[in-house]
Amino acid sequence: MSALHIKKGSTRHSAYNLRPTFSDQEERHTLAVLVENEPGVLARVIGLFSGRGYNIESLTVAEVDHTGHMSRITVVTTGTPQVIEQIKAQLGRIVSVHEVHDLTVEGDSVERELAIFKVVGDGDKRVEALRLADIFRANVVDSTLNSFIFEITGAPEKIDAFADLMRPLGLTEVARTGVAALLRGS
Amino acid sequence: MTREMTGAKMVVEALKEQGVDTIFGYPGGAVLPIYDEIFLQNDIRHILVRHEQGAVHAAEGYARSTGKPGVVLVTSGPGATNAVTGLTDALLDSIPLVVLTGQVPTFMIGSDAFQEADTVGITRPCTKHNWLVKDTDKLSATLHEGFHVATSGRPGPVLIDIPKDVQFATGTYQSAKPTGSRYQPTVKGDMAEITELVAAIETAERPVFYTGGGVINSGPAACQLLRELVDATGIPITSTLMGLGAYPASGDNWLGMLGMHGLYEANLAMHDCDLMINIGARFDDRITGRIDAFSPNSQKAHIDIDPSSINKVIRIDIPIVGDVGHVLEDVLKVWKSRGRKVNREAIAKWQEQVSAWRKVNCLAYAGSEKTIKPQYALQRLEALTKDHDRYITTEVGQHQMWAAQYLNFEDPNRWMTSGGLGTMGYGFPASIGVQMAHPDALVINVAGEASWLMNMQEMGTATQYRLPVKQFILNNERLGMVRQWQELLHGERYSHSWSESLPDFVKLAEAFGAKGIICSDPADLDDAIMEMITHDGPVIFDCLVEKHENCFPMIPSGKAHNEMLMGEADTKGAIQAGGAVLV
Ligand SMILES: Cc1ncc(C[n+]2csc(CCOP(=O)(O)OP(=O)(O)O)c2C)c(N)n1
Ligand SMILES: [Mg+2]
Repeated sequence: MSALHIKKGSTRHSAYNLRPTFSDQEERHTLAVLVENEPGVLARVIGLFSGRGYNIESLTVAEVDHTGHMSRITVVTTGTPQVIEQIKAQLGRIVSVHEVHDLTVEGDSVERELAIFKVVGDGDKRVEALRLADIFRANVVDSTLNSFIFEITGAPEKIDAFADLMRPLGLTEVARTGVAALLRGS
Repeated sequence: MTREMTGAKMVVEALKEQGVDTIFGYPGGAVLPIYDEIFLQNDIRHILVRHEQGAVHAAEGYARSTGKPGVVLVTSGPGATNAVTGLTDALLDSIPLVVLTGQVPTFMIGSDAFQEADTVGITRPCTKHNWLVKDTDKLSATLHEGFHVATSGRPGPVLIDIPKDVQFATGTYQSAKPTGSRYQPTVKGDMAEITELVAAIETAERPVFYTGGGVINSGPAACQLLRELVDATGIPITSTLMGLGAYPASGDNWLGMLGMHGLYEANLAMHDCDLMINIGARFDDRITGRIDAFSPNSQKAHIDIDPSSINKVIRIDIPIVGDVGHVLEDVLKVWKSRGRKVNREAIAKWQEQVSAWRKVNCLAYAGSEKTIKPQYALQRLEALTKDHDRYITTEVGQHQMWAAQYLNFEDPNRWMTSGGLGTMGYGFPASIGVQMAHPDALVINVAGEASWLMNMQEMGTATQYRLPVKQFILNNERLGMVRQWQELLHGERYSHSWSESLPDFVKLAEAFGAKGIICSDPADLDDAIMEMITHDGPVIFDCLVEKHENCFPMIPSGKAHNEMLMGEADTKGAIQAGGAVLV
């Protein structure tokens, strides 16, 4: 036997033992990617995900620093821990990427998404939709005699829950922005 | 220093400033202004290839044999799309290239103009980075940045797409700023990890160095440090296809190449080691075989400049991100300062084990007096050329693997082959690029007849520039590697793996104004090879070899390192259907 002092999680004993340490469990991570705001940069990031077979659950992008020409891409992805690490490393290789942050592991983060919902109906359903909107702090941003457009902001789960409730009440269209996220604290 | 000039002139100025002496290219409408500037100067030599793919592979050969970036100039549309295979090849093998493409004028982009293609879109996934330059004032800075990105960190190909109006317009030329770029990859390794590696080296009983193309990319100094470390510790060393020559084949600790067609001793050392030190290699599937049975008892260290290579396929215990040269320097420093310790006794035993494996003589093959065995041809080529200032390129297939097995490389940058992409048609243009960089050297492309035909048009380039490249074709009249897989994995159903209607290679050579040699008798081989070497000019050598020879050892896809097939006798029933789905 080897005299080596081998760290926990090493592959020393059997390659089959890789499984427990190389977990199969899929995780959901929110990544913040700071990029040079130049033509094609979004295509580079998206092309990386499609080309290497990674998932994109949600993606938002906007310029956040006009003088520095920096954009922030917030991407929510799922994968095993190994895949998540690869995604971060691969993002880091892109020449126009300045920083990659994994908000899921770097600390507590705040995630918000904005969505607008069109709900069509009348009578009791209309009243119920309005009542639920109130509970969810959704605003009515447009109204006709038989429809509302609600605006709601919150964590993605809250928006999902609101959508579930609105569906039987006449939900016809949804537009969501995707997640924007920041780490808490300084 | 800033000066006013046209975009086209800026291209030539920037190339000069970057120290470029040779470019490979092919003109067309969208690059005419640049070709005009090339016409008007004498500092940069332009080599007119016969196909843009040839230009890129030639530039790869130039780059790989010099350590300098290769430069390519092609036109828009078909010129750019023809370059795509070469770009992908260079990306997978981390070869620094700067490829300049013409583009339709900015005001016509998006209109499906003549010879318009979305070049940056097409090449985004096959370049390290690319740019479309829309403003002449930004052109020179982009060109300098292109060289910086191509050559820094993990090298790779970059592409700069230059619309024709940007070439014509006048702007301000800016010289390269030494620290102008934001792109600055980490080169120094983490000292804590380095110390951990040294500690592992001190106690390991069965350590092995597994080295790759990254050592060669890091440069001659890195190769020197590697040699010092290997020789001082006595640790056996193997290398990937891409890393041959970093450590000399004549060195005591050399195990030979590892992997799918690697040597028995190299693969078994990898399988049985207790400490694997990966230096600038990337656990490619040709190397690892079955992942879950890969080197099951080892602690693994990995030195790589690209963090994404670490933990990508194999879990690493000691990750070190940094340039091989910088890291090895620190490893040696720390190892020396801690008293140059290794587990001498255990390593001596380990070396004995390695010697026992070597005695198996895995490269033995059944000789023949009647037909030329491809292995024999390469052994003779090795014997007759090894004392020359020699550079070898290859195509892709069995001949490539045999070349890696039977030719010996004493120095880095002497072996140019398409590893990651496995591009048939690479070797001939690459040999042209190598010969351009080393006019007096003996440059040999070890080819298969099928691969060679893929870029045979470059005969025109070879004769035009009087490049004495030797095309040593191991002609088995088969797509030999495909045929071997069909034999072993597809019930000997040889679907389209015949090389039918081959040209008469001697006449073909003559048609291009070159020399042709044909040889089919082992007794004539030495004289024929000597004739090839001594001829002052390009030669096509048609070496008719055994048609159904298989390349061994072989680890079938999906098998472990200790499940190697050593020869014909091993193949019966050894390969399960499962392996057939892997490539
Ligand atoms: C461009 C390209 N097309 C197809 C292949 C698949 N392929 C790999 S080896 C090979 C046969 C090569 O035949 P040859 O050049 O005669 O070499 P041999 O194996 O006979 O030595 C083929 C078709 C490839 N590697 N590259
Ligand atoms: Mg062949």
